[in-house]
Amino acid sequence: MNIRITGGRVIDPSQQLDQVTDLYIGAGEIVGIGTAPAGFAAEQTLDANGQVVCPGLVDLCAHVREPGYTHKGSIARETAAAAAGGITTLVTPPTTNPIVDTPAVAQLIQDKARDSGLARVMPMGALTRGLEGEQLSPMHALASSGCIAFSNSRQPIRSSLVLMRCLEYAATHDLLVLFQAQDAELAKGCMHDDSTSTRLGLAGIPEAAETVEVARCLILVEQTGVRAHFGQISCERSARMIMEARARGLSVSADVAVHHLLLSDINVDGFDSHYHVIPPLRSQLDRAGLRQALLADGIQAICSDHQPHDAIAKQAPFAATEPGMSGLETLLSLSLMLVDQDLLELPQLIAKLTCEPAAILGIDAGTLRAGRAADVCIFDPEARWTPTAATTRSGGSNSPFMGTELHGRVTHTLLGGELVYQL
Amino acid sequence: MFEPQDPNRIQLNSKGQLRHFLTTEGLSRELLTEILDTADSFIDMGAKQIKKVPLLRGRTVVNLFFEASTRTLSTFELAAKRLSADVLNLNISTSSTSKGETLKDTLMTLEAMHSDMFVVRHADSGAAHFIASRVTPDVAVINAGDGRHAHPTQAMLDMLTIRRHKGDFAPLKVAIVGDILHSRVARSQIHALRTLGASEVRVIGPKTLLPRHIEAMGVKVFTDMRSGLQDVDVIMMLRLQKERMNSALLPSESEFYRLYGMTTEKLAYARPDAVVMHPGPINRGVEIESAIADGPRSLILDQVTNGIAVRMAVMSMAMSGQTVERQHPHEQAQ
Repeated sequence: MNIRITGGRVIDPSQQLDQVTDLYIGAGEIVGIGTAPAGFAAEQTLDANGQVVCPGLVDLCAHVREPGYTHKGSIARETAAAAAGGITTLVTPPTTNPIVDTPAVAQLIQDKARDSGLARVMPMGALTRGLEGEQLSPMHALASSGCIAFSNSRQPIRSSLVLMRCLEYAATHDLLVLFQAQDAELAKGCMHDDSTSTRLGLAGIPEAAETVEVARCLILVEQTGVRAHFGQISCERSARMIMEARARGLSVSADVAVHHLLLSDINVDGFDSHYHVIPPLRSQLDRAGLRQALLADGIQAICSDHQPHDAIAKQAPFAATEPGMSGLETLLSLSLMLVDQDLLELPQLIAKLTCEPAAILGIDAGTLRAGRAADVCIFDPEARWTPTAATTRSGGSNSPFMGTELHGRVTHTLLGGELVYQL
Repeated sequence: MFEPQDPNRIQLNSKGQLRHFLTTEGLSRELLTEILDTADSFIDMGAKQIKKVPLLRGRTVVNLFFEASTRTLSTFELAAKRLSADVLNLNISTSSTSKGETLKDTLMTLEAMHSDMFVVRHADSGAAHFIASRVTPDVAVINAGDGRHAHPTQAMLDMLTIRRHKGDFAPLKVAIVGDILHSRVARSQIHALRTLGASEVRVIGPKTLLPRHIEAMGVKVFTDMRSGLQDVDVIMMLRLQKERMNSALLPSESEFYRLYGMTTEKLAYARPDAVVMHPGPINRGVEIESAIADGPRSLILDQVTNGIAVRMAVMSMAMSGQTVERQHPHEQAQ
């Protein structure tokens, strides 16, 4: 279908574009910006006056919970949530049940996503078999079956020898390795180790739980030459180490979950389990450091780290609850706060949500270039809305932002030229 | 940006009275003093032949202990009985939770039995807050110890013991000694001592047993007994759990005793009239020398006696605050 999106502020950082113009879509692809291609006849026109038109968002970490944990979320529900959040591509970690360590599971996830047709879901493969940290997973076969990157999630690879072999093998096939860096022993706790954890008597997770592992990974990345990415870093020092490594010419990048840019450990006061996330909300200094790293290009992407849960998962004393927030539907609105707070210009922010994560993955997404799939997000930057459990599309409404008025709301999402969400 | 919630609003009713007793943190000096004054009035009663008052007559108190306890449970039971309440003791650590029932389900079941008050001990920090806020907002909840977070009735019985021996808090220097990291008692004591105006609160222990940034709670940190006990009026020892030796926090009990155990020799560092307290049960020869535990400067048994009075005080105050709240629910919305 031929679609014309008129009068919107079209922002596409992949081609340094920021102007009020029209966007033309035909046969599922972008066919023109500004002027219609010859012979173009629009079958549908979307009026985007006063709205922002940008590439569909690329989310580097969203748990879809399927297969295995469909009481928490499902591919159908999470991709519907993604569409409502303007996200057209999402990467899902290998921590399903069964784990993504065989091509069949990777295929299953993609088939289900294709059936629901609401977002592109790219599975990450397990770096080691069963995420047990002992044997190499069949990375080449998994990559051939659509795995976009390889990660051991937060499961430990205790042997540095095994980790080095994993990286060497991934480097052999030029595969991207994604670290969710965490030292398993140091991370035995439930919140950031600081004065708030001390006062609340909650077991603390020191900064070293992340930085020690980031340091080990960086050294082995340097030695093996693998392409590597650090997902959801939480500490200022991690950002600094990664920035230094980039300056030395290593092929490394990093992302941060949006809540780590907005919240800090003091939010845990009162024991609200919605603030129980791993990595934990860190200190206000860490938050400031992560925000600076975003500006200084130490952190290239912002993700949702979407982790939907059923209600009971959060209904227990703090440490006994399951960590994670449901975040697909609020990723854009929460990220826009960084613009409201004058940290980033709007095009800079959109880059962190579109072309930069796409570049990390090495995929043709997060762009409105002619000839590319028409994955488009249209949002009203002035609209105010309040997420509630009743309106949440995800299987989980576990978010501390439920009931909080947010600015900026997605009005339309197009996936390959199909309207998959309309407010 | 996103301000943390006020963690103490939950334990007060709309008139500022106690309706749950979850932590000593954030409560006013007036309220803590009211608890001590009320407890004082109950102390003399314990010596009488008829030890009962009808303040909780017709009410049902459930002692919900998810962790084993002897003295806390028995003093809560006695306190409830002396207030004329009906008492049910549930040792949950050995029943429902091992069958996979969640805390939420256990509590909803008990709520359906129309209890008026839960006295809760649980291994997770924040368990009492969770119960008071999410599960049973209409039942008064008394925290009998949650994880490492708080043990407010223990702290208040310690305060009562100090007040009865020393009078005013203002001139006092108090040292808390031992495993601060894992101690809910220490945290509650620190908040209470600071609010009641003790001139100095110190913590003494090895760095492995001192939580990070404990000084942010308004205490002075010491790692050796000689300087830590200098000029101190009150010494509060903490219990040391045996498993601390297995998790690489301490080399041995004997080394701990040599460095931090309360001995006659170390007691001499403190003021000549300094008193020694311990929440019990004591490990003789690990935290404290027998001669001191049984000696004239030990207040350990006074603490137990005072514990019943303090528990009667907070139970009667919280029940009255909860009743006020139930009668005027509309005021809460304002």
